[in-house]
Parts: sequence; structure tokens; C-alpha cells
Amino acid sequence: MNFDRREFLKAGFKTILATGFSLGAFEILRPEVLAALKKEEGIRWTFLVDTTKCIGCGMCVRACKLENEIPYEVNVSRTWVERYVMTKDGRIYADSPNAARDGFIKNDPMGTMVKKEDIDKAFFVPKLCNQCENPPCVQVCPVGATYQTPDGIVLIDRKWCIGCGYCIMACPYGVRFFHPVYKVAEKCNFCYHRINKGMKPACVDACAFGARMIGNIRDLGDPVARIIKTERTAVLKEEYGTKPHVFYIGLDSIVR
Amino acid sequence: MKSHILRPLWVVLALIGITLIARAIIVPPDFGIHEKGYTYGWYRKGNEEDWKAVKIKYQTREYCKDCHAVQYKRVVSSRHAKVQCENCHSPAIDHPEKPEKLNIDRSRELCLRCHAYMPYRPVKYAELRTGTITLKMQDPDTHNPDMECMSCHSAHDASFK
Ligand code: HEC
Ligand code: HEC
Ligand code: HEC
Ligand code: HEC
Repeated sequence: MNFDRREFLKAGFKTILATGFSLGAFEILRPEVLAALKKEEGIRWTFLVDTTKCIGCGMCVRACKLENEIPYEVNVSRTWVERYVMTKDGRIYADSPNAARDGFIKNDPMGTMVKKEDIDKAFFVPKLCNQCENPPCVQVCPVGATYQTPDGIVLIDRKWCIGCGYCIMACPYGVRFFHPVYKVAEKCNFCYHRINKGMKPACVDACAFGARMIGNIRDLGDPVARIIKTERTAVLKEEYGTKPHVFYIGLDSIVR
Repeated sequence: MKSHILRPLWVVLALIGITLIARAIIVPPDFGIHEKGYTYGWYRKGNEEDWKAVKIKYQTREYCKDCHAVQYKRVVSSRHAKVQCENCHSPAIDHPEKPEKLNIDRSRELCLRCHAYMPYRPVKYAELRTGTITLKMQDPDTHNPDMECMSCHSAHDASFK
């Protein structure tokens, strides 16, 4: 074959450009944003947490537990608030006593009094179910008791669940737990009964600080969707490929 | 053929038949593959309705408006405008029939959830229509300990008595 230097360079450039472009598409457009651009019909519920506004009062946890009949005195909860305190000597204190049901009213991360001068950075991070687009918890269910609704919420069928606990182990975010009364798997569902009646989830209503928001990512006019698309947001454990639909403003790398 | 060979076969066939019939009876007709496909959408459709039917406990502030107009107006025009009544009075499900009166929480712990001083609590508060203010925090150990906040402050007006 006759392949001179000029031809070789041309072909080389084309190959680099072609691979570059196709790889670039994966990098720049996040899948959840792509999904929104595809103009799919209906609602895709999406949550937005502004950690810079959260003061750790725990009113959301209290409201969630009472709204969803999670036994109040048992240390399980559909949502919880974590406190992260990083000190100047590089130590990280992370705690969530009683899932923050009674709020944080003392500066005592993990039972130690940390002096103000010793703190490098500290903040609160509310956690809840991420309603993943690829929920690993659903994949492992052997009986079809947990599933994804067309609007993106992962629900648990209490009549169908056999309580084997696979899904509790499968969730990378640890949001699932065993319901002490119904003896089945349990987790946050964005208050499915409220959002379907035009209300907001109990935790969103309870927050006086605007740290929790809910919206529809497929609706271009939705304020939550606009913030996710135009501002700097992040999700938890992106590397798992679960495509979580709870977005965070002001997330830090020390948050796990 | 000898029947001792055929007999187990009949038993197996009968078992398969019974299983299929039992399955048809036990598995509800709406159990199957739905919108999200086999991987994520294999479930009993009727369960969506079960979840939608869960009773709402937190009624939100608009529910109190007509019966407790006085308190409503005071709270809405105060710095507690974004603090829901039910955060302090517990969910109003079936109130005023059962319970006739909602709980009144006078504990210091309630107020301290939001007002206890911690060096890392965000101090800017921008949720009010009047613009950004600073969140007032108090050290619970030095700000009149062992006294109810309500003996000096008003919860509804977020002010002094
Ligand atoms: C249909 C009318 C009605 C609605 C709606 C209503 N209430 Fe009441 N509420 C009453 C009545 C009647 C009483 C009993 C008043 C009494 O005995 O002094 C009461 C009592 C109370 C009390 C106890 C007052 C006391 O003196 O002990 C609280 C607190 C209260 N309501 C809060 C609320 C809140 C918060 C809401 C909204 C989420 C609400 N109520 C909605 C009618 C209503
Ligand atoms: C920050 C907490 C808080 C919020 C928010 C709040 N309350 Fe109260 N409420 C109290 C406390 C504390 C008392 C007891 C007042 C006292 O002892 O001075 C009270 C008393 C009452 C009473 C009894 C009568 C009275 O005025 O003392 C009613 C009725 C009532 N609240 C209704 C409401 C309604 C309706 C709302 C929402 C619009 C609301 N409250 C919001 C804390 C709160
Ligand atoms: C859910 C959180 C929350 C709870 C609970 C709460 N507050 Fe507040 N409070 C706020 C916010 C937010 C403001 C407005 C920002 C500010 O002024 O500090 C405020 C403002 C105030 C102010 C006015 C400060 C000023 O600027 O003049 C007082 C006084 C006050 N609260 C007292 C109380 C008392 C007493 C209680 C207990 C009954 C209470 N708060 C419970 C959130 C809360
Ligand atoms: C003995 C009466 C008394 C008690 C009890 C009391 N306070 Fe105060 N509070 C005051 C006075 C006086 C001030 C204003 C002077 C100051 O900042 O110390 C004040 C200021 C405040 C402020 C700031 C308001 C502003 O305009 O700067 C907040 C918030 C507050 N108190 C919350 C509380 C909370 C929450 C409790 C209960 C844990 C409480 N107070 C108990 C008397 C009291």
C-alpha cells in the first residue's frame, strides 16, 4: 500500500478528533441532564439540597418520622442530617445522633467539645433516598417487591416484601432499613402520597431555611431543574453509576 | 411400560399443574412488567395506589389560617414567617376533632434547635421577604439558663414580651 507521510498525518488527526468528540460527549453531558433534554413525557421527581443553608435543626427528620409513621423512639429514619467537622490537625468528626431527630443543639461532634479556633471547616448535610435512575436495590430484589415508578420514585410493596434484606445491603447510600413494625424494607419515597396531591414532602415543608427543594427535572421552567442545569451541583458517589436524583449545592469531598 | 416408571411422571406433571394453578390464583393480575421494563419495573401496579393513599399528617400552615387567624397573622408577619406552626405544635392530623387541642411545646430544646450557638451554623438568613438578615444565636449555657424562653420571648412574634 502507498501510504505517504501526509496521508498518515491526515488520517491520524481524523482519528484523534473522532475519538475526542465521542469521548467528550460522555464527559460534558451528564446522563440525567441528557434525559431531561430528550423531552420525555411526564414528571421525573428530583430533589435539591442546599447544604450551605442547612443549620442542623433536624425539623425535617422529626416531620419525616411523624408523617411516615416511623417509630419515633427507634433509631431508624428515612432521612437524617449529618454533621461534619474538620479540625486543623486534619481530623474529621462526622455524626448524626438519633438521625438528628432532636437537632444539633451543642457543639459536641462525636461527644467531643471542639474549640472554635481548632475548626477548619464544618457543615451539615441532609441525606435521603437518591431515587437513582439505575437503582441497585431494585435489581437485587428476588420477588419484585421494590420497583421504580414511571415518575422515577423507587417504592416498596409492603405486601410483597419478604424481608430478606438484600436491598438494604445493596444500597450504596445506606438509606434502606428494616421497618420495626411492618417487618419489611423501608426507605424515603419523597412522600409519594403528598407529591401526588400537589403538596411538598413533609421535610421540605418543615424546613424554615430553604435547604430542601423538590421539582421536576423534565420541566424546563421548574426552578429546581434550572438550578441543577445552570449552577454548580453535585451528587453523592457518582462513581457507582447509579445516577442519583438528589443534587447537592456546596457538597464537600469529605462527605461520604 | 411398567407403571412404576410412569407413576412418578404423573406425580411430577400433577405437581407442575398444581403450581401453575396456585400461581394463577395467588399472583394478582396487575403483577407484571410495567413502564420501566423487566429490570426496574417488575411489580404489582396496585401498590402505587396503596402508597398514594397514605394519610397526610402535616397539614401545613394554610390549614390553620381560618380557625387561628390571630396566631396566623402574627407568625406570618414576624421573623418566624418561614417556621411552620406544626414544627412547634406537632402534626395537625384530624385536629380539631381528635386531638381537640394540639400540643404546646414550651421546652428550651425546641427553640435551641434553631437558636443554639454553634460556630459553623450559617449566619446569613435570606428566606424572609425583607431581605437577608443574620440568624440570631444564643449560647444556651449563658443565655438565662434554667428559664423557659417563653417567660421573656414570644414564640409567635419572634420578639420580646
Ligand atoms: C377547624 C378549626 C381548626 C383548625 C383548622 C385548626 N384548629 Fe387548632 N384548635 C381549634 C379549636 C376549636 C381548639 C380548641 C381551642 C380551645 O379549647 O381553647 C384548637 C386548639 C389548638 C391549640 C391548643 C391551644 C390551647 O390553648 O391549648 C393549638 C396549639 C392549635 N389548635 C394549633 C393549631 C394549628 C397549628 C393548626 C394548623 C395546622 C390548627 N390548630 C388548625 C380549631 C382549629
Ligand atoms: C416557634 C414555635 C411556634 C410556632 C412557629 C408557632 N407556635 Fe403557636 N405556640 C408556641 C408556643 C411556645 C405557645 C405557647 C405560648 C405561650 O406560652 O406564651 C404557642 C401557643 C399557641 C396557641 C395557644 C394560644 C396562644 O396564642 O397562646 C395557638 C392556638 C397556637 N399557638 C397556634 C399557632 C399557629 C396557628 C401557628 C402557625 C401560624 C403557630 N402557633 C406557630 C410556639 C409556636
Ligand atoms: C425552625 C427553626 C426555629 C425555631 C424552632 C425557633 N426559631 Fe426563632 N427564629 C428562627 C429564624 C429563622 C428567625 C429569623 C432570623 C433571626 O432573626 O434570627 C428567628 C427569629 C427569632 C427571634 C427574633 C430575633 C430578632 O432578630 O429580633 C426571636 C426572639 C426568636 N426567634 C425566638 C424564638 C423562640 C423563643 C423560639 C422557641 C419557641 C424559637 N425562636 C424557635 C427560627 C426558629
Ligand atoms: C430572662 C429572660 C430571657 C430568657 C429566659 C431568654 N431570653 Fe433571649 N433574650 C433576652 C434578652 C433581654 C435579649 C436581648 C439582649 C441579648 O441579646 O442578650 C434576648 C435576646 C435573644 C435573641 C436575639 C434577639 C435579638 O433581637 O438580638 C434570641 C434569638 C433569643 N434571645 C432567644 C432565646 C431563646 C431561644 C431562649 C430559650 C432557650 C431565650 N432567648 C431565653 C431575654 C431572655
